[in-house]
Amino acid sequence: MRNGRSKLAVLAAIPLLAAACSNGDEGGGSAAGTEAELSASLTGAGASFPDPLFQDWIYSYGSDVQPGVEINYQSVGSGAGIEQFLEQTVDFGSSEEYLGDEDLATAAEARGCEAVQFPVVFGSVVIAFDNPELDGLVLDAQTIADIYSTKITTFDDPAIAELNPDMDLPGDEIVPVHRSDSSGTTAVFTHYLSTEVESWADEYGEGKELDWESGLVGGQQNDGVAQGIAQNPGGMGYLNQSFAQEAGLSVATVVNEDGNPIEPTLEATIAASEEAEVPDDFQFAIDDIGGEGYPIAGTNWIFTYTCGYEGATADAIIDFWTWALTDEGAQDVAGELGYAPLGDELTERVIAELERTNSENGGGDTEEGAEDDATDGDDAEAGTEADAEAEEGSEEE
Amino acid sequence: MSTQAPEAPAPEEPRRSSLRSGKGRMADPVFKWVVAACGTIVLVILALMVIRTTTEAWPVFAKEGFFGFLTGEDWTSGNSRTEITGTYGAWPFIYGTLITSAIAIVIALPLAIMVAFYITHLAPRRLSKPLSYTVELLAAVPSVIFGLWGLHWFLPNVLRPFFEFLGNTFGWFFLFEGPIRGVGYLPAGIVLAIMILPIMTAIIREVIVVHPIDQRMAAYALGSTRWEVLRKVVLPASFSGIVAAAMLGLGRALGETIAVLMLIGGAQSWGSSLFSTGSSMASHIAATFGEAGPEARTALMAIGVALFLVTMIVNILARVIVWRLGRMTGDAAV
Repeated sequence: MRNGRSKLAVLAAIPLLAAACSNGDEGGGSAAGTEAELSASLTGAGASFPDPLFQDWIYSYGSDVQPGVEINYQSVGSGAGIEQFLEQTVDFGSSEEYLGDEDLATAAEARGCEAVQFPVVFGSVVIAFDNPELDGLVLDAQTIADIYSTKITTFDDPAIAELNPDMDLPGDEIVPVHRSDSSGTTAVFTHYLSTEVESWADEYGEGKELDWESGLVGGQQNDGVAQGIAQNPGGMGYLNQSFAQEAGLSVATVVNEDGNPIEPTLEATIAASEEAEVPDDFQFAIDDIGGEGYPIAGTNWIFTYTCGYEGATADAIIDFWTWALTDEGAQDVAGELGYAPLGDELTERVIAELERTNSENGGGDTEEGAEDDATDGDDAEAGTEADAEAEEGSEEE
Repeated sequence: MSTQAPEAPAPEEPRRSSLRSGKGRMADPVFKWVVAACGTIVLVILALMVIRTTTEAWPVFAKEGFFGFLTGEDWTSGNSRTEITGTYGAWPFIYGTLITSAIAIVIALPLAIMVAFYITHLAPRRLSKPLSYTVELLAAVPSVIFGLWGLHWFLPNVLRPFFEFLGNTFGWFFLFEGPIRGVGYLPAGIVLAIMILPIMTAIIREVIVVHPIDQRMAAYALGSTRWEVLRKVVLPASFSGIVAAAMLGLGRALGETIAVLMLIGGAQSWGSSLFSTGSSMASHIAATFGEAGPEARTALMAIGVALFLVTMIVNILARVIVWRLGRMTGDAAV
């Protein structure tokens, strides 16, 4: 399969070479050395939530931009993504949770230099129904929390009726469906409930898995949740927006911090990401969303190291992610699949952070890094001859 | 053979000489060592697995206590890198494994005996071969296919109406009370039963086939019906083989992961009703492993150790039962 793809990529690249170069010029910005042909093989691992998008990006990048760069992304889950990144078995990691200070310290100790993390896409979590009559049902954090703690059991409950004065609500029993596997979608959803509803935070808290109220239905992965919704009259569940969109399910409109009922559209997710205050260390969550923003949204982070990459690997990482974040076509694909791109200002900051990847390579800037420098120097020598720092590295030998 | 009898002394000569030669003397011990090594490998692998998982899981046992871990009902994963901060009680998962396996064996055992008896004794010759092949083919179906088929077709179209009937009719009985949500212990157990049916049928068929025909003929001659022949002649004589089949089936049911994961509903709690949603040990490991941090992974290792233990206890219990019953029926079982 990998071979097949790279052959395809070569074939596709012949007519597209010209287009690829212009693409690079147009969107590459300062960092994209797209004019130079890169040759590298990257491995990444992590969250399954952005996997459809990443696979699409990787395929387009391989066929249109840098045919010499082969990227293999394994959607093993956020937890495994962090683990594999810290164990340095992959070139970049991906997760729906940012690295905490503890993880960053572990990373620095293991590699001998700092790790870099930056967000690449946002995605929202929608409340979905199978019943088309319920499309656009307005809910707020309190009613969602009450439904999932089985305090509200029917759709014509006064609390729901109050939010939906114009809707003819069915008297069906509500069957709340949750993810039975450990999942970032659950983390985003329960984080939202915990932030907004105090009693939820006290009783259930947040996390990738939860001790749910008994009587709820669990579904394995998005598909299991969709089946749980479809097979139970009155089924209701939370899903990635991209999945619900593909499955054609009805979705709820959710009231945000400013009291505006917001439909889960791409624009509303973008608005939410713009509402979020992103600190310089990129450790943030999208909370207290107001304005036109849809309130239940999550972020996907990518992790890299500031040293220790061989050959053209670091250049390829920087080039790929710069392309993914700035190329118009790549960003359109994200939108089509239901993921929200970063805003312009944030993109600029993220690219600045991204370019720190491998910036300390061979320099011996950190003391713990000293033992690693011998090998780093070798790598740098083999890969980027022009790199002045590489010479320093080889002198040490 | 009889035509070769006069020439018999001639072929014996080379055999004797090969025994005398050095090569011949070496062959036997070498073969013995190879076979012994193969036999020991199983033990070594098992030992390595048990030791490794137990060592990795040790911090969790140290915090919860061994029996606290097995009987605790609350499971909350912590998210630490260095210490154990969550609460780990594996009882809901242990119960899920036991109840789904029990449902599977209760359904599959009689079914497998009947199918095997039909194939060997009652089916017309033209039908018996294709039928036994089909049953064996079922064994080759990957479990994820069973899970998908169960979730997307079998559950909504067959099981759900059946559950609703059960709930309406026997809702007063504790096993069938409560709301019906589709997924749960019962659908997982029923699909497990289908999955373990082929291996059990295949073994039971072999056992019944070797049952001496004169005993059956004698029983028929005494005027027994087919049911009486099955129950009073074939089954008692094949008892140990049938138990072996049941134990192999049970082993698969206890460890089955994906199909159970898709059908059991994934709750971290347990309920006495068969309609409740829950988790089995294997399904919980599979469901949460991908996203697990270091601490949660330690706890999942502990479930793995518990699964070893439960499987072992179930097997020992089964052997004890066979031994007891074997003494009563006079069968040289075990």
